[in-house]
Amino acid sequence: MITRKQWTTISEFLIETTIRICGISAIIFVFGIFFFVFREGAGFLFSKWEPLKFFFSTEWYPTSVSNKRYGILAIIAGTASVTVIAMTIAVPFGLGAAIFISEFCTGKLKEFLKILIEFLAAIPSVVWGFIGLMVMNPLIIDLFRVPIGLTALNGGIILSLMAIPIIVSISEDALKAVPDSYREAAIALGITKWQMVYRVLMPAAKNGLLAAVLLGVGRAVGETMAVLLATGHAVQIPGSPLDSVRTLTATIAAELGEAPVGSDHYQVLFVIGIFLFTITFVINLTAYLIVKGIRVQHGES
Amino acid sequence: MSEEQEYSIETKDLCLYYGDFQALNNVTVNISNGKITGLIGPSGCGKTTLLRCFNRVNERYGNVTTTGEIRILSKNIYDNDVSLINLRKSVGMVFQRPNPLPISVYENVVFGLRIHSKRKELKKAQLDDAVEKALREVYLWDDLKDQLQTKGTHLQLEQQQKLCIARLLPLKPEIILMDEPCSALDTEATQAVEELMYSLTGKYTIVIVTHNMAQARRVSDECIFMLLGELVEHTRTEDMFLNPKHKKTEDYIEGRYG
Repeated sequence: MITRKQWTTISEFLIETTIRICGISAIIFVFGIFFFVFREGAGFLFSKWEPLKFFFSTEWYPTSVSNKRYGILAIIAGTASVTVIAMTIAVPFGLGAAIFISEFCTGKLKEFLKILIEFLAAIPSVVWGFIGLMVMNPLIIDLFRVPIGLTALNGGIILSLMAIPIIVSISEDALKAVPDSYREAAIALGITKWQMVYRVLMPAAKNGLLAAVLLGVGRAVGETMAVLLATGHAVQIPGSPLDSVRTLTATIAAELGEAPVGSDHYQVLFVIGIFLFTITFVINLTAYLIVKGIRVQHGES
Repeated sequence: MSEEQEYSIETKDLCLYYGDFQALNNVTVNISNGKITGLIGPSGCGKTTLLRCFNRVNERYGNVTTTGEIRILSKNIYDNDVSLINLRKSVGMVFQRPNPLPISVYENVVFGLRIHSKRKELKKAQLDDAVEKALREVYLWDDLKDQLQTKGTHLQLEQQQKLCIARLLPLKPEIILMDEPCSALDTEATQAVEELMYSLTGKYTIVIVTHNMAQARRVSDECIFMLLGELVEHTRTEDMFLNPKHKKTEDYIEGRYG
């Protein structure tokens, strides 16, 4: 009676294997993507790549007939300027929203705000780009009396709105993880709400908040479609937020379709891809390690 | 603290509801100045609730309604002009689980000063003094004087709980509320904290909630026995334990229920 049917053994094995494959598929995909991007760019990377010129020249002329030049400094500056503007807006607003949601409001309002912010995250990036193009563009032209509103400022504002949901949700988690006994101790000592925020919560949650900001940066650096539409696509080092710029991601998106497969241009775009991949990988890894650090700390105490 | 004032805490017909649930029922009690008063009773009798009324930390959870009157140092704390911040400055609280903040021992002790004074008013020397004085008062100075920069959360539990008492002292509270301060501690630590409480009598009015009747007997001058949200008996501790007036008190003290 205790013997089991052969079919049970087989099906158990099959199900277990399937689940195992699902589990490790994420790893396979990540390495797969990295491998293919790397393979496409490798030809250029190991033969003609000149790191100094690549990183420190502003001359990006991939389609010049006589003298092709691949310098991405201006494009890096574009990505950096848009990211900095986005973070200048997103960090105070994102942290503020997280603090408000986690500490100052309760019940229905809290649920409503959380859903709304999640909703913000669900808007497709091309729609954001469209808003940049059709709404922000004329607004910036009117407001600052400039000929073109597709600028680093425009892209930065759009990106900040896209980065805020991730900053809010991760920071809120970090604040929620602050033990309630800290709050209670501080309240019993007669703390005001504002003092609670900057004397108790911010120090106690600082790692989580930092991770939230980093993930926001990662989002801003990696975003493509919205910035492609909103920043004006001009290869130059911006002198002010009201200059048009072009980002690394937008360059790849705009030019890959035009570049003949296997050409230098094509391969350079993949090298940019590897560069971007490295940046976002490092940012996300740092954020992950910081968050993991918190867990270990809380585990101890 | 004025000398002639006999009671530091007076409540009159105090009722408290968590939503629909009535946790305190017409509690009228006067707690003597400068003494240790023990609050005893079985779980759920409302003793912790009563304690948490005295600095109004009950109200954190929003669905609390209170009626009646609580006078702390002759001031009704439900008056509109009461500053919760100043109330909590003069009524300190020690919790069941030691809860030092995740900052250095030094910063834990001066935390109250920092939140209650302007930055400019705080001189380094003055803070150093306050730390030494407070830590001496709780007998931690000799152990911790060389590790003031250690995180408060990394100390032993006994030291953490003493630190939690020490951080109240620089604010010169009149009343210290203790919510089962020894329940997370081992016997030696409990003894140490109890000795500390003795040494604080006279200077502060202490109200202590405890589950441990032997502890109530050891440390308190007066004792309040509560049951189902009502105050049953309030007398000198010796009287309560030697000849309780109420049958229910007697049964509880004898350990017939609880």
